[in-house]
Amino acid sequence: MSVRLAMVIDTTLCVGCSDCVVACKTENDVPEGYCRDWIAEAVRGEFPTVGLEIRSERCNHCDEPPCVSCCPTGASHIAYGGVVLVEHDKCIGCKACIASCPYDARFSHPKGYADKCTFCLHRVEKGLQPACVSVCPTHCMTFGDANDPESAVSKLLRSRASHTLLPEAGTGPNVHYLTRG
Amino acid sequence: MNLFSRRRFLRITAATLAAAGLGPTLLGSPRARAASLTPGLKTVPTFCDVCFWKCGAIGTVRDGALWKLEGNPLDPLSQGRLCPRGTGGVGAHVDPDRLRHPLLRATVRGEEKWNVVSWDEALGFTAERMMKIKAEYGPEAMAMFSHGLGGNFLKHTLKAYGAVNFTAPSFAQCRGPRDVGFRLTFGDDPGSPERTDIAHAKCLVLIGSHLGENMHNTQVQEFAHAVANGCTVIVADPRFSVAASKAKHYLPIKPGTDLALLLAWMHVLVKEKLYDADYVAKYGYGFESFAAYLEPFTPEWAYPETGLAPELIRETAREMGRHRPATLVHPGRHSTWYGDDTQRSRAVALLNALLGSWGREGGFYIPSSMELPGYPYPAYPTSAKGKVDNPGKKYPFAHEAISTGIREATISGAPYPVKGWLTYAVNLLYALPNEAETLKAIEALDLLAVIDVIPSETAGWADVVLPEATYLERYDDLNVELFREPFIALRQPVVAAPDEQKPNWWIARELATKLGLERYYPWKDIEEYLAFRLQKGGYSFEELKQKGILLGAKQPRYFEEGVEPVFETPSKKIEFYSSQLEAKGFDPIPKYTPPDPVPRGTYRLLTGRAPTHSFSRTQTNPILHDVMSENEVWLNAKEAARLGVKSGDYVKLHNQDGVVSERVKVKATERIRPDCVFMVHGFGHTSKGLKRAYRKGASDTKLQTRYRVDPLMGGTGLNMNFVSVVPEVTS
Repeated sequence: MSVRLAMVIDTTLCVGCSDCVVACKTENDVPEGYCRDWIAEAVRGEFPTVGLEIRSERCNHCDEPPCVSCCPTGASHIAYGGVVLVEHDKCIGCKACIASCPYDARFSHPKGYADKCTFCLHRVEKGLQPACVSVCPTHCMTFGDANDPESAVSKLLRSRASHTLLPEAGTGPNVHYLTRG
Repeated sequence: MNLFSRRRFLRITAATLAAAGLGPTLLGSPRARAASLTPGLKTVPTFCDVCFWKCGAIGTVRDGALWKLEGNPLDPLSQGRLCPRGTGGVGAHVDPDRLRHPLLRATVRGEEKWNVVSWDEALGFTAERMMKIKAEYGPEAMAMFSHGLGGNFLKHTLKAYGAVNFTAPSFAQCRGPRDVGFRLTFGDDPGSPERTDIAHAKCLVLIGSHLGENMHNTQVQEFAHAVANGCTVIVADPRFSVAASKAKHYLPIKPGTDLALLLAWMHVLVKEKLYDADYVAKYGYGFESFAAYLEPFTPEWAYPETGLAPELIRETAREMGRHRPATLVHPGRHSTWYGDDTQRSRAVALLNALLGSWGREGGFYIPSSMELPGYPYPAYPTSAKGKVDNPGKKYPFAHEAISTGIREATISGAPYPVKGWLTYAVNLLYALPNEAETLKAIEALDLLAVIDVIPSETAGWADVVLPEATYLERYDDLNVELFREPFIALRQPVVAAPDEQKPNWWIARELATKLGLERYYPWKDIEEYLAFRLQKGGYSFEELKQKGILLGAKQPRYFEEGVEPVFETPSKKIEFYSSQLEAKGFDPIPKYTPPDPVPRGTYRLLTGRAPTHSFSRTQTNPILHDVMSENEVWLNAKEAARLGVKSGDYVKLHNQDGVVSERVKVKATERIRPDCVFMVHGFGHTSKGLKRAYRKGASDTKLQTRYRVDPLMGGTGLNMNFVSVVPEVTS
């Protein structure tokens, strides 16, 4: 079976410190004013009976990525492991992909092309974890092949309660969030 | 920017990727790092200075420019993972707002008008003023304020000059009360980095300590580890902190009533005999008086004070008893809250003593360090005058100098005049409460010399500003850490300083030369100094340069492992009853005093930390600024609705003394009580040189015009200020 790269993030451990954001910025030379990943905070209830879920969010590298299907030039494409990438040279900066993404994961790079998380494929290629995963002080992030039943991500998804973002959008996201339940 | 193409990735075989990307390889392992090395890349180990934790880091330089910083896997502090500030330390090097050249004041103080001068001129000016002060008032009139390891060489120069007044706001404005409270009880303090064995705790109690937002790397890593292992977390905080969201029990305590909660918890532990009776019998002093004292402090008594249901207090006390001795009641760090902070910290220590956690696994381990002799310098001149910060031992239990005491002496001229301040890596206008008093003291000075990497507010008032190279561009003194396992760490340059900035050792040595104190610097440069010290200790400088860290042999850490229980108190035991406090007229067992009521229409101002910034030192760092560019004022959602403001609206805060803050965004949230507001410290900069951070967010310090002094050690309780929230009128 082919490789399906996925990320599993344990929200019960994440403290929302943004180390993932900072590491991504330095690793990938993300220009000032932009981030490829970010922290979201979801609060439920009323003080003092409050619930808080903190999530490190990014491109979901969807199974059915609308950003790829809407790209007029083929710059947005599905690469190894299902990772969604943008070929900068082919991108004409039309922003259709930015509008199509239900997660608001893309931005227009000052150099004119659409930019976003790459799951750090350039690192994965060298046997490294994505920068965000490698740096996390809480070890809340796990990365690997969701098609391999023995991988750490598969085991976590089998043994723990989890959810994805906007499943109703039908995009088949590959970033999963583990919860207490 | 890496360009990806479909073709490029098709060339990579699936097998290679599968094996490589999905295995247990961690970035930071030597193998992985070697794999990442390509021509044009160079890695240099060093240790971080964005905060005081001193995590081991590895800098990667790409084509001569600093690319990234990652944790050094050999380092026991970072365990191969830096915090966001450490990872973002790259931004300190490239910060366009940083100081570049030595500056001499061109007009009146505080106008921030400068003449760019040579190092020779700047240091000549500083030395001349220092010599004049020495001639007129004696060398004791020169005081130094500093923060962190980098101040070592400058202290050496000033000691050689004859100065005796050295201080760091990290004592009287931060961890001092905690350290004194623990010393009075156990004869020792929790230290820095704290000797908290969070990794092995089965129950962790946090009182206002917001781990995860307060990003002390090792502690946050261990906290997440403990949570993953099912540690029972109990959090008492007026704010539903990040840590509270990981807790089994959240106690939404009324601000300022922590001591009432602590007494009630101890009452339950004693009453229900849940405490470690063997430990207390073996190591405790005065337990009977203590137990009798606790009698009236029932959870029902604590309820109207704290607002916490008696059953919740009982249940959480029983949880602590159940998991002892692996129950860690965290000592906190920033503990200057209400002016009775030493007694509150002592109650935290006593609760730990009841649980038998000091010296035990999952509680407080006993740290160790490596042996490394200091450099054999000539003896310093002696002074008959003594220090100015604590005349007549007014604060009898202060074991470090009180920075606000030096400020007071500077204003009053008593017990003797202080005429010169040298500050290193500390922004006094943001570190000391009541800005007006700090400015009044500065007015009395003949010399304010500021050494820093950024043009802080304090630098704006300086006569001379000396630009330091960042930690990424310099050698520094060795870090011989007292920690869970002993080690020595080296700070060494990863890249060169971009302009005329100089390392602190160079500044200290050149200043000494101008002062005619060359004999105190027998070494020609710092590498010679470091090599000498390491050689004397039997270590290799070359090996340390390559690895960044030299690990010592692991030592026993717990009483069970053979560490001898030693308590350096007068009774040589854990003091449940403190005769030395009694002898000085203080409560021998902590006594609760209710906090001042919150005036109608106002909120108690509480402050804390964000994981992406250190003090007021990082707001212009372009990378960290991108993640957090301004602070917000947290306001209970219902209060916000009542005031007609919503998240993102700008408001100004007016304090009880008429001080009005910069405009600051509201965070309307269910995560805070309705009687207080919360802000992250360090924002709202008004120094014109801090362009990126200028007037973004609001300064908590400017609103802290009132403070209550802790009578035991001179700490400044800061949570005494009340603010009203005034929506910005949009025209």
